[in-house]
Amino acid sequence: MTLAATAEPLKQTPLHSLHLALGAKMVAFAGYEMPLQYPSGILNEHLHTRAQAGLFDVSHMGQLRVAGGDALNGLEALVPGDLLALASLRMRYTLLLNEEGGILDDLMVTRLDGGLFLVVNAARREADLAHLRTRLDRSTTIELLEDQALLALQGPAAAAVLSGFCEGIARLGFMTARETTLAGYKCLVTRSGYTGEDGFEISLPAAGAAAVAEMLLARPEVQPTGLGARDSLRIEAGLCLYGHDIDETTTPIEAALAWTIGSRRRAEGGFPGAAVVLRQLAEGAPRARVGIRPEGRAPAREDTPVVNTAGEKIGRVTSGGFGPSTGGPIAMGYVDRRHAPAGTPLALLVRGTARPAQVVRLPFVPHQYYRG
Amino acid sequence: MSTFRFTRDHEWVRLDGDLAIVGITDYAQSQLGDVVYVELPEIGHRVAKGTEAAVVESVKAASEVYAPVSGEVAEINEALTADPAKVNADPMGEGWFIKLRLDDPKELDSLMDEEGYKRFIEEQR
Repeated sequence: MTLAATAEPLKQTPLHSLHLALGAKMVAFAGYEMPLQYPSGILNEHLHTRAQAGLFDVSHMGQLRVAGGDALNGLEALVPGDLLALASLRMRYTLLLNEEGGILDDLMVTRLDGGLFLVVNAARREADLAHLRTRLDRSTTIELLEDQALLALQGPAAAAVLSGFCEGIARLGFMTARETTLAGYKCLVTRSGYTGEDGFEISLPAAGAAAVAEMLLARPEVQPTGLGARDSLRIEAGLCLYGHDIDETTTPIEAALAWTIGSRRRAEGGFPGAAVVLRQLAEGAPRARVGIRPEGRAPAREDTPVVNTAGEKIGRVTSGGFGPSTGGPIAMGYVDRRHAPAGTPLALLVRGTARPAQVVRLPFVPHQYYRG
Repeated sequence: MSTFRFTRDHEWVRLDGDLAIVGITDYAQSQLGDVVYVELPEIGHRVAKGTEAAVVESVKAASEVYAPVSGEVAEINEALTADPAKVNADPMGEGWFIKLRLDDPKELDSLMDEEGYKRFIEEQR
């Protein structure tokens, strides 16, 4: 068997020595040395996050502050989301689009009193910065928050745990933010995440990251959780990973992300690629991102060809593997629109063998977001 | 119990009567993490030394298991289909993959013994 190895200079997050002390297996991800898993293993970390709470270091993500000038209108012109409707301390999941309606990145935008706070993908950070600098007006400042760490506390126990350190945080609404203090460090806490569970993301100074992480890990409900479980959790939740499930060749409609396009934006357009996106919204896209459940036990990984019952290629898997909570293989990918309805039988060519599968509704595991 | 022999690709093989039992090492299972699926060849299938004999999948990725020696598949460990985690729990025992009827028992001599494999994985770290 072949065990992968890499040898490139990698950046480290402020929690690097904590990961090593916890016995993490470190891997290269988006230019960073990141924990793939801790000694308890991906399966255990995944199931523990769904049962109690997992703590993730996501400090590799790009954190940006966009302020001044007409930042809000400027950013809104680059995305299909209704940002003007964002009240202070509310956040949106949205997409930077190119002129063809392709997705340049997916990101979280939070409106703060003094501007906007963005969380973008690590691998897209430089491209996003260049894009924003070209497209936003000169009086708008775009600041990369390099000394800021990002933690995610996810799972049904997350709210109770965080309440122990921050009174009232359990009532913070889904997709809203609060500025607070943890272990003496000023933090921006949002009720959001990437697991399908209730939970929080905590943006805080790099200098305070280890103290806050250790404070949370000291709680018996909280277990350190690596990128391996982060990936299996988000696939079960039906969430996209940039560069895999979405990229510059996929539109929001194809990607089943039409829900991110506000009704005002549908009526008014005025975002990059609006002609393509709004036409696809009205007429349907040629292909669609769908959930795929393989029969049997064999996982179907990214790039597995998807064929119809006649054996003709109709798409490909963009994310796939084993779902610890579903107890079997799960996948998502793009298929020709005629094969997109839930229940459509398909086959997956795993190592050359056609294995039966079926289109299913996403997510594989119901979302447990806080609804007040 | 007869002695184990090891490959540089982290498979082990040991003789059991006239058959050779094949599996992956404890080091390999620890590097893979939780095994969730094992794909085994059919009985009667012929494998050449160094070619794919089986596939082992962790939550994260699929990896090939190469035949340490050439031969014909005489038995497969059906128990792994229902409980692939046996590969993690007991890689050198109940987590075996296949039993081969050897073409040439001398091929075993080219493989590392336990001391040699221990040194080899130390060098890998």
